[in-house]
Amino acid sequence: MKILAIDSSGLVASAAIWEGELPANEGRILAVSSTDYKKTHSQTLLPMIDHLCRDTDCKADDFDAVAVSVGPGSFTGLRIGSATAKAIALVSDIPVIEVPTLMGLAYNFWGSDRLVCPLMDARRNQVYTGLYAFENGDMVTVKDQTATGLDEILDAVRKECEKKCKGVIFLGDGADAYREEIKKLADFDHVFAPPHLNRQDASGVAVIAAGMYREGKTVSADDHKPVYLRTSQAEREGAKNFDLRSVNS
Amino acid sequence: MSFNTKDNSKLLVLGIESSCDETAASVVRGCREVLSNVIYSQIDLHTIYGGVVPEIASRGHIEKINQVVKSALDEAKVSLKDIDAIAVTYGPGLVGALLVGVAHAKALGWAAGIPVVGVNHIEGHICANYIDNISLEPPFMCLVASGGHSHLVNVEDYGKYEIIARTRDDAAGEAFDKVARAIGLGYPGGPKIDREARNGNPDAISFPRANVRENEYDFSFSGLKSAVLNYLNACNMKGESFDVADVAASFQSAAIDILVGHSMQAAADRGVKKFAIAGGVASNSALRQALENECEKREIEFMKPSPVYCTDNAAMIGVAGSYEYNLGYRSDLTLNAVPNLSIGKREGVSKKS
Repeated sequence: MKILAIDSSGLVASAAIWEGELPANEGRILAVSSTDYKKTHSQTLLPMIDHLCRDTDCKADDFDAVAVSVGPGSFTGLRIGSATAKAIALVSDIPVIEVPTLMGLAYNFWGSDRLVCPLMDARRNQVYTGLYAFENGDMVTVKDQTATGLDEILDAVRKECEKKCKGVIFLGDGADAYREEIKKLADFDHVFAPPHLNRQDASGVAVIAAGMYREGKTVSADDHKPVYLRTSQAEREGAKNFDLRSVNS
Repeated sequence: MSFNTKDNSKLLVLGIESSCDETAASVVRGCREVLSNVIYSQIDLHTIYGGVVPEIASRGHIEKINQVVKSALDEAKVSLKDIDAIAVTYGPGLVGALLVGVAHAKALGWAAGIPVVGVNHIEGHICANYIDNISLEPPFMCLVASGGHSHLVNVEDYGKYEIIARTRDDAAGEAFDKVARAIGLGYPGGPKIDREARNGNPDAISFPRANVRENEYDFSFSGLKSAVLNYLNACNMKGESFDVADVAASFQSAAIDILVGHSMQAAADRGVKKFAIAGGVASNSALRQALENECEKREIEFMKPSPVYCTDNAAMIGVAGSYEYNLGYRSDLTLNAVPNLSIGKREGVSKKS
């Protein structure tokens, strides 16, 4: 079976094709591509998928599911990935697998004996983050993905470090944006990811998705929608206080 | 024009529209026959904010797009494999909203092996006239008036448009919305003012009909809007109440005079024989009547779409896309949303070599 995986949650556009047999856990990544460039996902993502498919003689109806990094992240980026996934799944009549974005990002450090703390810059003095660990090769969610302040997530890491952990790895565009602040505040053993492991990667999303597919964790293409972890500005401010001109001008 | 790709009468085009707050899909046969026209309106979600909130609109589109597309195919009793081309609105409009339709349409086309063509939303509005006026052929002149646009366009041929006039400030529909809010009618202003004005006296209050100096055909509505707001303020200062129906009727009468006056001037100067209207404001009953009367006086053939094809819909995108397709235009996988796309311009849509 084959799974197409997409991650357009951040600045990187990434796509991968996973191939394997169930229930065997071995599979392989047939093809993967990531671009971290100023073009919009609207211009890069579908040409990238097309390229991967041409290289590996795949067609849309060869896929058994489309996996999508479901969020949080850039609202527009998430929707480009979701709209693409929903349309492909509609044509091929296959389900969608919703992989939490922070989980996908943390999977870059599969097998690490450190705590893994992915950070995405969420603006408004917040990060999208979570905490993950690997035990005997299995990913364990220590703290589910959330939108929070840097102080709060550093406190959570500190508590874990006091308990048992062998330090922490920070990664993601939030780790870049807040690097100096983290260095100042982190009074525990910490390292930052190198560039090749520092961004969303659809191949990890694909591997997580294959595991979820095995467990029946899929949704219909019609029902699939991004996970924003945030309401819109209008909903936050309420109808009375919200001024439409602030977003329409 | 030539139809080089397929027998024109059988061409099946799926139209997709998501430029504002309606998620819409439609199947059109032979360029003008609407087999289905599915519209999921989010208006209830936006009414409490007094207008369309872009982020809420975009979220609504992604939740409904699959269901809307499937309904359009089901109602037309066709499947994707019967579809010859997918036409999608790529501008102008709200960028986040447009991107849902564009990304979806491109992936749909890619996965199903169907060519995609990007369509200009305003040209779609103009092409809505082809649906109900089966004998209409270019050239004709068209007044496009909606919440975001006010244009006078010369339709020279299929896919060939010349802008004759535009608004210098507010769009016509924007003025309707703002005035409706000020007199307590709420959103959306167009239909509410239209209804209220029927009970009022259009000559009760004299509001200005502004002209623009540099281009005599250009529209301006901000002066009219300010005059209405000043009138309301003056009433408040004096502790007097105002008659909502009279204000609605007097404002609407002034707005229509501007639209109709400039339209008829341009039509006369250019010797136009056919005149059409398009866009959400084109469903205003008083505007339709006024233009019909003025055109009749001047022996100009007057055309209008049914109200359902005036407000945002995907049938008009299917129609416009059918003609673009027949002219050989296609979009590739890099088609992007162009929020400020001009009438008569193409970006990411080109002739297939």
